[in-house]
Amino acid sequence: MNKSKHPGQAKEKAMQVVFAACACIAIIAVFLICIFLFANGLPGMAKIGFGKFLTGTIWRPANNLYGILPMIVASIEVTIGALVIGIVIGVLTAVFLAFFCPEPLYKVLKPGINLLAGIPSVVYGFFGLQVIVPMIRNSAGGAGLSMLAACIILGIMILPTIITMSETALRAVPTSYYEGALGLGSTHERSVFRVVVPAAKSGIFAGIILGVGRAIGETMAVIMIAGNQAVMPHSLFAGVRTMTANIVLEMGYATDLHRQALIATAVVLFVFILIINICFSIVKNKGDKQ
Amino acid sequence: MKYNEKNSKEQLHGKGEAAALKAIVWIAGIVTMAVLIFLILYILINGLPHIKPSLFSIHYNSQNVSLFPAMINTLTMVGLSILFAGPIGIFSAVYLAEYAKRGSKFVAFIRLTSETLTGIPSIIFGIFGMLMFVDALHMGYSLLAGALTLALMILPVIMRATEEALHAVPDSYREGSFGLGAGKLRTIFKIVLPAAAPGILAGVILGIGRVVGETAALIYTAGTVAQIPKNVMGSGRTLAVHMYSLWTEGMNVDQSYATAVILLVVVIVLNFISDAIAKRVNKVNE
Repeated sequence: MNKSKHPGQAKEKAMQVVFAACACIAIIAVFLICIFLFANGLPGMAKIGFGKFLTGTIWRPANNLYGILPMIVASIEVTIGALVIGIVIGVLTAVFLAFFCPEPLYKVLKPGINLLAGIPSVVYGFFGLQVIVPMIRNSAGGAGLSMLAACIILGIMILPTIITMSETALRAVPTSYYEGALGLGSTHERSVFRVVVPAAKSGIFAGIILGVGRAIGETMAVIMIAGNQAVMPHSLFAGVRTMTANIVLEMGYATDLHRQALIATAVVLFVFILIINICFSIVKNKGDKQ
Repeated sequence: MKYNEKNSKEQLHGKGEAAALKAIVWIAGIVTMAVLIFLILYILINGLPHIKPSLFSIHYNSQNVSLFPAMINTLTMVGLSILFAGPIGIFSAVYLAEYAKRGSKFVAFIRLTSETLTGIPSIIFGIFGMLMFVDALHMGYSLLAGALTLALMILPVIMRATEEALHAVPDSYREGSFGLGAGKLRTIFKIVLPAAAPGILAGVILGIGRVVGETAALIYTAGTVAQIPKNVMGSGRTLAVHMYSLWTEGMNVDQSYATAVILLVVVIVLNFISDAIAKRVNKVNE
């Protein structure tokens, strides 16, 4: 800072280059992540065979069997389960916050939802292990470590994402929409649900896609409560292993092809995330244009 | 007569629908609130009794599962990752907000990549950190490798907060400074950045919150050794990783509760601070 006391053209230029270089780091980071993941994951995948790897239903590293279909299916099903909870409660809570919540309650609930977003995933996992898992064990039998437990905890974890994005979208709808509906004789509730919510749908949808990304990429909470059996999911009450869990559980001791297969699992997950990101950009841009 | 009847019936129907919608929305709000309150109270009530002085002894061993080394490692991790991500994130934002031409392809590309970084799950960062920092750069499991990985994770958070804060600084500040003969660089460091400081700080605090809570990105970069390493090239577990390790070891539920309480309190305090800053920023802008 002291140096800028004698500002010269050269210094101005030099710092501009420094700023631009820093801005490039985000680009470099994304490229490096792509390169390192694909370079380390694809050879393993090729060795196993792309078809065998992606559609194989048996994961048994000891016998050199590396099929991750059970994990892919588990990741998708757990995400869908979480979405059911997250969308129903999340979108309705966003409507509540934007149009129904009394001011004093809002002042408490809004920071509370931000807090929900900040709680570490291990804490969610531990909470699930102590509360949700025993609940399922007592009511449905079995170990309780199950897909259902993962769905419930993930549903709670994606709530803040969906609520915050949806509320922002709802508040961005011009009040003239709402007033117009009221003027035509609709009730407050009807105006909100029939006019404002449909008008905010692309923003709400963008929030849901972000929620999908968060749910499918979540690791620690799922590991602690989903049971982690590497078999095709057959029931809500059975244990499942997601792609994320597969990576963390075995990376510690994996070597050679096994290790490459785990990195390849990360590659598959990464591709899912990239697709979700692209969907998010498209939906968001569409919403912005509107 | 008939018309009136139909009308009142419709009104009745409308009222029923309105009441039902209102009820549904209230129920959703109450469920969210109930989950929040239950989660926090459950952890606090079950965890607080387990916070004992012995948890804070300097050394960890199987008899005394001390979380003190993990606390120190967490602080180191926060410090290191902010040291890397802070300046880079702030400088990137300065470039985006003060130098780049609006709507240029380069800027759009930086935005796209930083959005992509935001969306990448922490386990992917963890695997990348393991492949690049631990293996390719031969750092081994170390606090440094962990901090570099986390720095990339929180970079977009700090970038975005700083950029928004810079955009919120009125142009009259810059024009005033230029009018008095200051150069662009001097204007940025002496006028614009100080004016944007609270917003930048809020972003940094958000970043700290993510570092404190992170696990998946650290297990295979910083490792899980339960001691304070001699230097940043040594492996060490943070509090969140400590909680995960306690779970893999399959015992020590009491210590897990205690760790959860500490993590929760840290997150609550960080949220409180960043809320307070955000409120002040809003007031100033109004």
